[in-house]
Amino acid sequence: MMAHLSFFKHLVSVGLFFSIVGLTNCASNTVPPDALLMKEPTTEIRQRQARRYATTDEKQVIIAASQLLQDLGFNVENSAKDLGLLVVSKDRSAVDGGQVAGQIAVAVILGVRMSVDKEQKIRASVVTCPSADRKAIDVRVTFQRLVWDDQGQLSKLERLDDPEMYRDFYIKLSKALFLEAQEVG
Amino acid sequence: MFTRQLMALVVCMAFTPLTMLSGCNAAPKVNDAEVSLKLRSIQTRSYDTTNANNALRVAMATLQDLGFVIDNADADLGTVTATKLDNAATKMTITVRARGKTQILVRANAQYKLLAVDDPIFYQQFFTAYSKSMFLEAHEVDAAAPGL
Repeated sequence: MMAHLSFFKHLVSVGLFFSIVGLTNCASNTVPPDALLMKEPTTEIRQRQARRYATTDEKQVIIAASQLLQDLGFNVENSAKDLGLLVVSKDRSAVDGGQVAGQIAVAVILGVRMSVDKEQKIRASVVTCPSADRKAIDVRVTFQRLVWDDQGQLSKLERLDDPEMYRDFYIKLSKALFLEAQEVG
Repeated sequence: MFTRQLMALVVCMAFTPLTMLSGCNAAPKVNDAEVSLKLRSIQTRSYDTTNANNALRVAMATLQDLGFVIDNADADLGTVTATKLDNAATKMTITVRARGKTQILVRANAQYKLLAVDDPIFYQQFFTAYSKSMFLEAHEVDAAAPGL
């Protein structure tokens, strides 16, 4: 009788543990309250991602951006001239030599297979807008990427924030437009 | 004794996926008219302007401010869709349409991973940022009012 009691106590405690695990898993699937908040001031992000060009020809700016992005290997996914929008993407390898070496080391030492990044999709949207005084065009580009590992699972979903990347983009766009870019505060 | 403990463990582990599923698998509330009206009210604001094109451009700028990349936009239909990748994907659609002769209605809806977002705070945060960029005050909308 005592043995049965102990058995059921054990059953209940283990069951409780796994129920908590189950509930915790559910909790992690709820929308975090800060899902829309940015971790750094939006003005800093905007300064990095946006520039102003002294022209009133919005269409010319969009065409120059599309030419530049094609030069960089992107394909145009979508565009909306009336709203000054251009959406582009490119698929590339995400294989990292260091990560592959790490995978081999783990496999040799522990005998288990680790997944490594294999493919990535880089997406960007360019949005143009006439400035408030209608004498210039504001351009803002944002990049993000999705990475899949060698088992076909999404391993990274992230915004691309490297200031160098944005600087390069605008140096090239300025050359294409024969115009000097101004920072947008 | 050890065998019984092992049995208990196996039984509980077998039930764990069921526990997880039963806890997470919320029934869709699409057909519940009252919930639908409440959600529409949470997701919608009206603004005293008739410039729908500007409202859409401001929506795109706000979404970029919030870390989204724009997926698609259509000036004729008044829609903008964008995605934010920050370990998880948050997808948002904004629609703009005329309300009478002096106002527009702006509606936002979002999904986070595979979940529909129905938290009023989430939409409040969006409309706070949007209203600042619009330089206009947002009006809450009664979902039961005609024209909505």
